[in-house]
Amino acid sequence: MKKKNGGAFSRIFTALIYLFLYLPIAVIILFSFNTSKMNIVFEGFTLDWYSRLFRNDTLLEAYGNTLLVGIVSTLIATIIGTLASYGMYKYKFRGKRIIDMLLYIPVVIPEIVLGISLLAIFNLSQIPMGIVSLIIAHATFSIPFVVFTVNARLSGFDKSVEEAAMDLGAGRLKTFLTVTLPIIMPGVVSGAFLAFTLSVDDIIISFFTTGPGSNTFPLKVMELTKTGVTPDVYALSTIVLIVTIVLVIVTQREKKNAV
Amino acid sequence: MSNTVKKRRNTIPLLTTVSPVAIWLILLVAAPLLYVFFLSFMATDGYKVVIQFNLDNYKNLLNPTYIEIYVNSFIIAFFTTLICILLGYPFAYIMANSTKKSKTIMMIMLMVPFWTNSLIRLNGWKTILGKTGVLNSILLNMGVISEPLEILYTRGAVLLGMVYTLIPYMILPTFASIDKLDGTLLEASSDLGANKLHTFLHVTLPLTFPGIFSGSIMIFIPSLGFFFVSDIMGGGKSQLIGNLIENQFKAANNWPFGAALSMMLIALILIMVTVYKKSGGDMEDLGVM
Repeated sequence: MKKKNGGAFSRIFTALIYLFLYLPIAVIILFSFNTSKMNIVFEGFTLDWYSRLFRNDTLLEAYGNTLLVGIVSTLIATIIGTLASYGMYKYKFRGKRIIDMLLYIPVVIPEIVLGISLLAIFNLSQIPMGIVSLIIAHATFSIPFVVFTVNARLSGFDKSVEEAAMDLGAGRLKTFLTVTLPIIMPGVVSGAFLAFTLSVDDIIISFFTTGPGSNTFPLKVMELTKTGVTPDVYALSTIVLIVTIVLVIVTQREKKNAV
Repeated sequence: MSNTVKKRRNTIPLLTTVSPVAIWLILLVAAPLLYVFFLSFMATDGYKVVIQFNLDNYKNLLNPTYIEIYVNSFIIAFFTTLICILLGYPFAYIMANSTKKSKTIMMIMLMVPFWTNSLIRLNGWKTILGKTGVLNSILLNMGVISEPLEILYTRGAVLLGMVYTLIPYMILPTFASIDKLDGTLLEASSDLGANKLHTFLHVTLPLTFPGIFSGSIMIFIPSLGFFFVSDIMGGGKSQLIGNLIENQFKAANNWPFGAALSMMLIALILIMVTVYKKSGGDMEDLGVM
């Protein structure tokens, strides 16, 4: 099949879609340098919001919470998810189909339903609402995504490699750690990356499972939306966006060098 | 005999790998949902849940005020899905038919906006569309309009916010299904004399339909629950099922009714997923994000 980059219509259409996707981002970056506090008209250039940002303790604390919840829930989800994917791939057992079904539930039910269910169960079991409940909730919706990503990697896995290692005298654990894990590692890493992204961006489930005093960044923005988001929030978002882009460029380079 | 030995030897590794996820899912997915199901049959004294079996919450679902909200929510979910197909499918088609290098670039450029939190980006739209916003001031200055346009806080604005937040969920699955199309089928079709449009309608579209279907499920369902989109873009004027549920668990403090509303959503999803599976859809495609 011929591969080309399409005609004039395709180009214009693609450009318009990208314009639609990037327009609000451009506005956010622009208004983070605006002298006016109101995000209405661009009055003049300033870096003031960036210095104010570092004095805005509640905003920084919220971002710190977001990172903390993101990192810990990703670790939990990655470990549990990778083990699960491996175990379900390797062994046949009763109840496998039930686990499979349970894994799809958090993916297909609306976030709001998972959110209120977790709120209800935390309330029933007297788990204090705060960072801990947020971490548990985030790990819950991340686990299936880790399992699916690792599953995809395992589906192309050659079982004979493991058998060879065991024939050569390596124990189960050693075989898993030195043979299997390195092979499925790309799947584990992308699963973890997905889990972290989902956690950092989550609004709805956090909204129901947080407690007084433990705000995440998205929840703080939601609270600010009622009175009007100040440009220092835009400044923080701009910094985060630039850091992410740099990280992606670096990892893409590494990938290229590795190949 | 050797089988039982093998089974026993497998027990410990099986338990270490599978039991954490089994326990986690039972305690934090199955139990909470069963508890919500139980709550949907309880009553409330306006302050807390009262254990008293009844069906009032389900009867209450049919209250005309709420039916109006469901209708509004379904209209928005339907048009969100439709617009995402109309914009996302051609985009995915163009992307799948590009060179390998531009495919990678287009994909990265598609993902970048989604690294900024969706609430922030919706606030960006607010800055653009507001009464004194960027768009209105540009149009006023150019003399195109004499009065600022009312765009923000309308149903259209909610729709825009939904499409904006959810469109990648259509582009990614449709891209995957178009990209893995067998090129020889398209060649065969054109060799047999079909023109481009004909090939598209009779070969490409039917073969990529599963991608469209899974994308639609991944858009339609969340858009019923995205209460923050209607809060920000609709100013709370356009109520969705999500807003109604949120309200029961926060302000109104009527958990049993909120639980019944959630059960209604789950029933709806069961129906959609069953139809999807019956029509040959693959469950794995719903988790590709």
